[in-house]
Amino acid sequence: MDKREDVLILAIESSCDETAAAVVRNGREVLSNIISSQIALHTVYGGVVPEIASRRHIEKINQVIEEALEKAGKTLEDITAIAVTYGPGLVGALLVGVSAAKAICFATGKPLIGVHHIEGHISANFIENKDLEPPFVCLVVSGGHTHLVVVKDYGTYGILGCTRDDAAGEAFDKVARAIGLGYPGGPKIDKLSKEGNPDAISFPRAKIDGASYDFSFSGLKSAVLNYLNSCEMKGISVNNADVAASFQKAVIDVLVEHALHAVKEYGFQKFAIAGGVASNSSLRAAFETECAKRKIDFYYPSPVLCTDNAAMIGAAGYYEYQKGTRSGYDLNAVPNLKLGER
Amino acid sequence: MKILALDSSGLVASAAIVAEDVTIAEYTVNHKKTHSQTLLPMLDEIRRMTELDLSTIDAIAIACGPGSFTGLRIGAATAKGLGFALNIPIIPVPTVASLAYNLYGSEKIICPLMDARRNQVYTGLYTFKDGELVTIEPQCAVDIAQILDKINAVGKEAVFLGDGVCVYKERLEELTQVPFDIAPACCNRQRAACVASLGEILYRKGIFESAAQHAPEYLRLSQAERERNQKSGGGCL
Repeated sequence: MDKREDVLILAIESSCDETAAAVVRNGREVLSNIISSQIALHTVYGGVVPEIASRRHIEKINQVIEEALEKAGKTLEDITAIAVTYGPGLVGALLVGVSAAKAICFATGKPLIGVHHIEGHISANFIENKDLEPPFVCLVVSGGHTHLVVVKDYGTYGILGCTRDDAAGEAFDKVARAIGLGYPGGPKIDKLSKEGNPDAISFPRAKIDGASYDFSFSGLKSAVLNYLNSCEMKGISVNNADVAASFQKAVIDVLVEHALHAVKEYGFQKFAIAGGVASNSSLRAAFETECAKRKIDFYYPSPVLCTDNAAMIGAAGYYEYQKGTRSGYDLNAVPNLKLGER
Repeated sequence: MKILALDSSGLVASAAIVAEDVTIAEYTVNHKKTHSQTLLPMLDEIRRMTELDLSTIDAIAIACGPGSFTGLRIGAATAKGLGFALNIPIIPVPTVASLAYNLYGSEKIICPLMDARRNQVYTGLYTFKDGELVTIEPQCAVDIAQILDKINAVGKEAVFLGDGVCVYKERLEELTQVPFDIAPACCNRQRAACVASLGEILYRKGIFESAAQHAPEYLRLSQAERERNQKSGGGCL
């Protein structure tokens, strides 16, 4: 039996290529976390095809929601409120989750809470780290996002910096394609890097004048492509493991430097990472080492909570629910939604 | 039987409640706003205005396609959410056939035309015989000349409707060799009450599915799939 004051959130996420639903109790306890991944569907195209993703979402959405309730041992009546990702992401994909969530709320009278996808990624850290509370600095790195964020309070954010061009995960995908590893690039580069020398090739670490927390990865990506081209022209054989390791090191160096500079400037003792790239083993190891040196508590979600999932939306949705956030039946998908905006 | 019907396949957003041969409410909007912002608020307005108890609804009828891919999915996801929460089935109603149902009783060739972009229309040919909708040509995505050829071959008087009429008016006038009419504003676009009426007939024939099973019928592959098929020499659409 749930205590009367227990808040059960049914959460739905369909912003990109995962159809996901979860039931989360009181923001931190995951009762179920169902993810229907589409990676295999998109692999032949070398990346996510929005129309194919949207079509698969509509086929899977009910199944995933029903499974989430069943695994949690709950029925729709037990649910307090429904949280759904409404941006940022692929508009056609987002609309599937948003439309389904709104209809369920309409039919049951349950409150509807629109959740920001990045807010979800950040909140993934609350699930396994029961002691973590704001304020802290969080680095969100994924295939679509690279954000350095101050979490001032639950649901209150300040964006310190973001990428000016490619997201970190996007750079991983593009470099992976260039060295023939295929999609998705992140895990493949992570794996191959372990066999390579990260100092073999000197790739640039981009700095942006006057915006010390912003990132740029397109120059790095071009440098890798140029290196590959020039080797080919000169007939030099390329060691892909060295390329992967050196590229990855260049990305990680920039992420670590920017993030820890922010932690120091804000005087926090806590730092967290989130997003798909946060499951990169070398990135975790680098932060682990650097945070230990500075006596900063380092938090990160386990891989299943780093990837796009609905449990994180349930965690974020809970804190929004407690703040009184409610969305109307006219809630729309907002592909470029900014963090902290409604 | 009480049916909640939705159509968001084209520019029109439409919602209706139909019970025992009576349209209790219908709300149809043909305006710029996205269906995501209009469809559910319209349904909410219907509920308030008619003091509708959602638990009395027996099935959801949905214009299941063809149409705008995104529009179809907004309708489908809404229907699937409602069907799941209310634990009732979904009746998939072909969009073009339900457009034809606007002209109930007409013995002319009914030719709905929906602009499908890429120089095509979503269309089909229908007529009424003894009060029943008869399909002459099932819904398809073709160049308008192809469907007009078929009308000319049948050689009977025709009536056109749908948002494709104004887009293709010149070619329609040029290529149609039989006498024809164009349906007036009161019955020339998608209407959820038509989806409900046709839906009830389909339901009685056993054509319905669970909310989890339902997905739109696009009649077209995605662009990425088409291009991939072309490269590999396979596929047709």
